[in-house]
Amino acid sequence: MKNAETNARSDPAADLPADDRPADRAQPAAQEAGNVADGVVGNDVRKGRRNGRWSGYRHLLWARVLELKREPEVVFWVFIFPLLLAAGLGIAFRSKPAEVPSVVIVDNAGAQKTLGMLQGASDRSSGDKKSSVRATILERDAALKAFHFGKYDLAIEANQDGSYTFYYDPARPESVLSRAEIDAALQAAAGRKDAVATSSQSSSEPGSRYIDFLIPGLLGMNLMNSGMWGVGFALVEMRQRKLLKRFVATPMRRSDFLLALTSSRLVLMVIEVGLLLGFGVLVFHMRVQGSILSVILLGSLGAVAFGGVGLLTACRAQKIESVSGLINLVMMPMWIFSGVFFSYQRFPAIAHPFIKALPLTALNDALRATILEGASLGSQSGRLLVLAIWGGVSFVLALRWFRWT
Amino acid sequence: MPFVGSPIECTNLRKTYDGKVEAVRGLSLSIEAGECFGLLGPNGAGKTTTIEILEGLLAPTSGEVRVFGQTWNDNPRQLREWIGISLQETRLSEKLTVRETIELFASFYSEPRPADEVLQELELTEKADAWVGKLSGGQKQRLAVATALVGNPRILFLDEPTTGLDPQSRRQLWDIVRAFQKKGGTVLLTTHYMDEAERLCDRLAIVDHGQIIAEGSPNELIDRLGGHHVVEFQVNGSGKDADGNGEAGLDRWRSLPSVESVRREDATICVSVREPHLTIPALLDAVTKQGHQLEHLSTRQASLEDVFVQLTGRHLRED
Ligand SMILES: Nc1ncnc2c1ncn2[C@@H]1O[C@H](COP(=O)(O)OP(=O)(O)OP(=O)(O)O)[C@@H](O)[C@H]1O
Ligand SMILES: [Mg+2]
Repeated sequence: MKNAETNARSDPAADLPADDRPADRAQPAAQEAGNVADGVVGNDVRKGRRNGRWSGYRHLLWARVLELKREPEVVFWVFIFPLLLAAGLGIAFRSKPAEVPSVVIVDNAGAQKTLGMLQGASDRSSGDKKSSVRATILERDAALKAFHFGKYDLAIEANQDGSYTFYYDPARPESVLSRAEIDAALQAAAGRKDAVATSSQSSSEPGSRYIDFLIPGLLGMNLMNSGMWGVGFALVEMRQRKLLKRFVATPMRRSDFLLALTSSRLVLMVIEVGLLLGFGVLVFHMRVQGSILSVILLGSLGAVAFGGVGLLTACRAQKIESVSGLINLVMMPMWIFSGVFFSYQRFPAIAHPFIKALPLTALNDALRATILEGASLGSQSGRLLVLAIWGGVSFVLALRWFRWT
Repeated sequence: MPFVGSPIECTNLRKTYDGKVEAVRGLSLSIEAGECFGLLGPNGAGKTTTIEILEGLLAPTSGEVRVFGQTWNDNPRQLREWIGISLQETRLSEKLTVRETIELFASFYSEPRPADEVLQELELTEKADAWVGKLSGGQKQRLAVATALVGNPRILFLDEPTTGLDPQSRRQLWDIVRAFQKKGGTVLLTTHYMDEAERLCDRLAIVDHGQIIAEGSPNELIDRLGGHHVVEFQVNGSGKDADGNGEAGLDRWRSLPSVESVRREDATICVSVREPHLTIPALLDAVTKQGHQLEHLSTRQASLEDVFVQLTGRHLRED
């Protein structure tokens, strides 16, 4: 039985202080490595080593990319979802061929005549075969109700004395527009002559449509989402599964780990940018004015900045539930204010400086300027600086507060 | 100089969590090169806390740790090159394959072992391309040990390496530990399986409430019980009437030949004896003389469990 040998081995030297120990008691394996120079950090002294300085980083990065690739949810949320969103919104808000005013005429003695005047006006409208007014006659109550529910842009009532009353909603642009158009149509039908001759040329170029505005915004939002979730959530998950602890139990450089996690975002970013822009170009005939290189550089800066913010958000959280809440809390103001779906110019001017200081605003503005207007990166140093500061400060704070276990 | 000190040494370790939970209270250890040392103790004894302090993953509240003569402040990266660790619970990335996982861990060390060699040693070659998430419990545990071995460590730390495994997987892991030891490695493991401690460890410390209550080779510890055998029996009525009850009742059995100590567990009386062939006939006589009947009698080798029970009055595992 081996216990017999063991008894013999439990030896008296055990209680000596370490330094008094005879060196020959060390293991053969230990001895061989014992000629490692003391205090040499790094590895240059050991012979026969195979792993270089960046081997850990490369493997961590590759492992991260593999994991992401094998996660169907990631593929959906990061790659497919933004395309669906772009497709859906792009179709819903596509530029409609000339808004046709849609009016309702209150049914009374003058209703038919009014309808005739409007249709006469339509027939005269040059070139266009289509009617330029859509008009319906309804009972007074029904007509006003339908107007109030937004089914019609304008309600018209022909009064007994030959005048007309317009019901319109000043808060609805199409209602205001319809009032002007219908007024002009009625006046013309009643014989008013134009004082000056005018002509117009239509222009609906790619570059000024909603989808053109939307795609760079979606790109920015997507970089934010995947940066925050891809770094923040992943990190807390690894902390919760004790994987972080397991990693720091090896000689892995901690900075390599964080660098790999953040830079794995760059790999994804290139795919995200390619997919969304490619989709915009192919499906919506969008035109990319700036250079692809500028867009990629911007995307990289955005991805790394949000990676940093994600890192900071997740630097101490122990549970994925708590970090999920935090991530949403951090992203919420940017969803609202940073001009993803509509321009932040609609917010009061006093709020603009704050809105512009948000990283997503800076990224969206820069992406729009580059993609839609072909602005150079040099001309947007302010926005780049905002992104760099957010990313840099977050990264430094995250490193300081980071919890590995 | 590295490697002059014993692989692991600690003095008077204390760890108090959040200023109130005293998980470790003054624990000292010295582990020799080439030995397999076990920390044996019940749940919450402070095994994980102790081993994580030794691994440099947790700072002690007070006390000193030296690994190969160095503290964790001296040169942590170098120390990490020399040790391999398997934590009590780590869930490795499920979407990586076994080989990818081992290669990832190998990449952190300056002189790792070839992944294939480790795969073979741990009998994971067949599963090399399977995702970690699809492994069985035993395979996962072997993978955890593989990630510890791939750095070619001098010390292997294993925190409850076989908890929850079936007997075959446990034996497989024991073989791996022995093979590592044979190559000159030092092992520190924790367990609450006494049979594991008994078969695998050269020396062990029994830990309870954050302190070492006994230390030595398994045989030494069992020797301290006195007898190497345990005779367990029940006599009818021994649960209720005064016969078996109380110290006076137990004294009757203590006077039998070759008996070292007596204790009772519920209705069963456990007697530590040196030589059962002397005790048992006398025991049968005594029972008959008292007019009782034997309801159950068995003998077995004394185990570390008996040591633990004698030291603490409790069993190591409640299940
Ligand atoms: N992070 C922590 N914060 C507070 N208390 C803790 C923490 N970790 C452990 N403890 C407490 O310290 C004591 C020792 O725990 P430890 O995990 O070291 O025990 P153990 O011997 O490893 O037990 P087990 O066999 O269950 O793994 C327990 O009472 C535990 O509740
Ligand atoms: Mg434990």
